Amino acid sequence: MTYIAKPKFHHPGLKKNALGYTHRDYEGKISTLCAGCGHDSITASIIEACYELSIEPHRVAKISGIGCSSKTPDYFLGNSHGFNSVHGRMPSVLTGANLANRDLIYLGVSGDGDSASIGFGQFAHSIRRGVNMTYIVENNGVYGLTKGQFSATADRGSKSKKGVTNTDNAIDLVAIALQLGATFIARSFSGDKSQLVPLIAAAIGHKGASFIDVISPCIAFNNHAGSTKSFDYVREHNDAVNRLDVLVGRDPIAVDYAPGTVQVVEQHDGSKIALRKIDADYDPHDRLGAQTFLARHAAKGQIVTGLLYVDPDAEDLHEHLNTVETPLNSLEADTLCPGSAVLDKINASLR
Amino acid sequence: MSDKKPISSVNDFVVRFANVNGSGSASANEMFARAILRHGVPVSPRNIFPSNIQGLPTWYEVRVTEDGHLGARGGVDMMVAMNPQTWDKDVAGIEPGGYLFYDSTKPMPSAKFRDDITVIGVPLTAITNSTYTDPRQRQLFKNIIYLGALSALLEMDPKLIEQLIGEQYKGKEKLLSSNVHALHLGRDWALQNLKCPIGLRVRKSDKVGDRIFIEGNSAAALGAVYGGATVCAWYPITPSSSVAEAFTAHCKKYRHDPETGKAKYAIVQGEDELASIGIVIGASWNGARAFTATSGPGISLMTEFIGLSYFAEIPAVIMNIQRAGPSTGMPTRTQQCDIIACAYASHGDTKHVLLFPEDPAEAFEFAAAAFDLAERLQTTIFLMLDLDIGMNHRLCRPLKWDDAKQYDRGKVMTAEMLEEGRDFGRYLDVDGDGIPYRTYPGTHPTKGSYFTRGTSRDRYARYSEEGSVYADNMQRLVRKFETAQDLVPRPLQANAERPTKYGVIYFGSTSPAMDEAIGLLEARGHQLDRLRIRAFPFHSSVASFLAEHDFVYVVEQNRDSQLRQLIVNENGIDPVRLVPIVHYDGTPITARFIAKAIGDHQDHLKVTPLRKAVS
Ligand SMILES: Cc1ncc(C[n+]2csc(CCOP(=O)(O)OP(=O)(O)O)c2C)c(N)n1
Ligand code: SF4
Repeated sequence: MTYIAKPKFHHPGLKKNALGYTHRDYEGKISTLCAGCGHDSITASIIEACYELSIEPHRVAKISGIGCSSKTPDYFLGNSHGFNSVHGRMPSVLTGANLANRDLIYLGVSGDGDSASIGFGQFAHSIRRGVNMTYIVENNGVYGLTKGQFSATADRGSKSKKGVTNTDNAIDLVAIALQLGATFIARSFSGDKSQLVPLIAAAIGHKGASFIDVISPCIAFNNHAGSTKSFDYVREHNDAVNRLDVLVGRDPIAVDYAPGTVQVVEQHDGSKIALRKIDADYDPHDRLGAQTFLARHAAKGQIVTGLLYVDPDAEDLHEHLNTVETPLNSLEADTLCPGSAVLDKINASLR
Repeated sequence: MSDKKPISSVNDFVVRFANVNGSGSASANEMFARAILRHGVPVSPRNIFPSNIQGLPTWYEVRVTEDGHLGARGGVDMMVAMNPQTWDKDVAGIEPGGYLFYDSTKPMPSAKFRDDITVIGVPLTAITNSTYTDPRQRQLFKNIIYLGALSALLEMDPKLIEQLIGEQYKGKEKLLSSNVHALHLGRDWALQNLKCPIGLRVRKSDKVGDRIFIEGNSAAALGAVYGGATVCAWYPITPSSSVAEAFTAHCKKYRHDPETGKAKYAIVQGEDELASIGIVIGASWNGARAFTATSGPGISLMTEFIGLSYFAEIPAVIMNIQRAGPSTGMPTRTQQCDIIACAYASHGDTKHVLLFPEDPAEAFEFAAAAFDLAERLQTTIFLMLDLDIGMNHRLCRPLKWDDAKQYDRGKVMTAEMLEEGRDFGRYLDVDGDGIPYRTYPGTHPTKGSYFTRGTSRDRYARYSEEGSVYADNMQRLVRKFETAQDLVPRPLQANAERPTKYGVIYFGSTSPAMDEAIGLLEARGHQLDRLRIRAFPFHSSVASFLAEHDFVYVVEQNRDSQLRQLIVNENGIDPVRLVPIVHYDGTPITARFIAKAIGDHQDHLKVTPLRKAVS
């Protein structure tokens, strides 16, 4: 069995949203990611946000690149079209899709390897073009699907599972998005549902390029080095005839903390990250202020979370291109083709 | 001084202009070609330019051809030598008995000329400097002044040139009158000081008919407008940039909503070719007609996405304006060298549809048809032009459009069809032609959604790496490719007057040179049946043609005879029977070249074997 369908059973008592849809209507296939992967928590938050917004699931197009994170669109909004494209190039595919039909909601899901390395250019350009989308990076600092190499967001000085120290500087996608002119920028943590769900909902509601960087721990490649339950340990102590990669699931990390406070979160490998939730009185309309705020706290080793910047009057690519309101994919020959009379005139001008 | 009789020819000669890039000569040279056309005499011009913007040599060649031979001829009857840098080479290139036209303001040592040509000096700089003070004006009007002098030497009707200037500067009276003035400065000087006309002459004729004069790239872009393309994503690369630029210009004219003024198209200059094809694939996945234009290096970058388009079955149109490779090769020189790269682009087992237009008229038709094909077949369609058609004006039949034509959007399952309860399996071959149905995103609240991926999946688009499921899908893709054979433009066959065992296969921009070569070969006593291939996959008539002939020449503009390789590979034919005739120095293939290469081979074949002669 290479794919797992979810049973269609609906509990009659399930809560319904304004459209009469239940949570289940926003779910997709059963995840095949490692139990405890932060990406699954993000999936849950996307489901929650779409449910709360009473979005018609089929009006969403979910587009991703390649990686564990990019697999997740299969696990939510089962009634929408999904596109698991090629590594790092979700942004261009999404841009094209958006140009074809401006009426749908575009959800781009990517990983930090996908967006900060091979797809760094596409990430940047989709943002600078102002494509109306919600671009979520599920950021675990490693390449999950190809087993644990550093990604470009991994901190300098951090150690890989194999004990290698990362000597390269990290790319902060949020800082870049700020500079490139994204009109909605946020960062969150996969385990902080109370923060993440409203952020996703707001990003979907925003017309313009929305970017959310979500820190999302990978249980496979940041588990304890000395643990007897670690990936390595289990493999080394496994006497079975074939060397299967065995992963022991973990509980997903969940946090809930108050605005303005710092929360230190221990990841699966014992490493700690300091999340700083922005204050309630933080002004997210000041791009420059956001940049300095971010830099000041980064210097203290803190990762700022929350809605960092929003421009409520943003324009999107369609406005820049001055395209018609009707989706381009629905235009037919009667309106697109200038016809033979015009062609005759063109011919005449070419003699 | 001439020890060779000057060439004497009416309406059949080659003039080549040697200029410096950036000197503003292009428009005067093009006006020269157009002026001859206005005399009713066909011309075939070619830009020969360096991969550099400023200062390097550039040439513009005009073949004046009453017989309408639109291929390059080779050789130069009159050299307009305006570039001291290339003087020696330019002078050496003139046919014996030919003419050299130069700026005689500064005297040239006699060693710089040849005895067997006629030298015509006009003090262009002196005339220009005595009339204009502004340096830019001096540079630009010098070009018009030599155009005026040439008009006198070749006995052209100045009215027709004035008319062209009038059209070019319509509404800009000052520019118009100053250009006409410059024209007459040159013309009058020549009439007063030189023996006009020379042996080469332009005489009014009626051989142009209703044909139009257009560049292939512009025609292809217009084809995209007529074919309903609404999304274009591209990245600049010579010689394809002018496709997107022309598409933009055409759209600005013809694609705005009259009420709102809004655009019924979206054009994005991508950050690179990866993004451009990604945008095309995203847009096509979502039901819009989309295309990109590029050249060889761009194709390389696009190949991963091309594989995705093939395997995930997403329409895409790629216009590949070929140039000499590999890598940067000779970026401003022509070749037909991406045949294999495009036919089998990407990793794994892939095959793609290629269309080979012969001229701008077909570039227009095939470009429009490419969108129907892409949606019908749900795959990438390559429109294979090359620099020689793409960036040169060609005389061709007028563009035609049937207003009754509706776009073939292919097999798209609508909400109504889903409601009717039609079984939707994204990769289900319901009709046996290998082509499945697709749905557009957003079609129906509960039915017809699916997940597109480059990873293997079953007929219902469910992820599966089962070997049999993968193989089943790959087999269907083969079936689909077979279906394509009957949808793409068929090869065109033309038989020799007498039955012959020999045939020739050719395609694309080689066409005019081939047509002319057939005449030259007949004059040498060689009869050949011709097959012009217009698309890959090859129609069954290609195999029949091969079976009917002992030897078939395959004429193409690349080193490794790539079309021949493809024919051998796809038809399982004995390669010995396919004789490669290749031309790949970056210049367009000529009739002279083809006729010599095939003629020599034919002569060789006709040598009676010794055994036969003895018995
Ligand atoms: C062109 C190309 N190069 C490399 C790969 C291999 N590859 C697949 S996923 C991946 C990295 C994924 O990392 P990330 O985006 O961080 O996602 P994660 O798995 O960590 O969620 C790589 C390098 C590929 N699929 N395509
Ligand atoms: S390898 Fe890491 S990123 Fe991939 S599914 Fe497992 S935990 Fe998640």
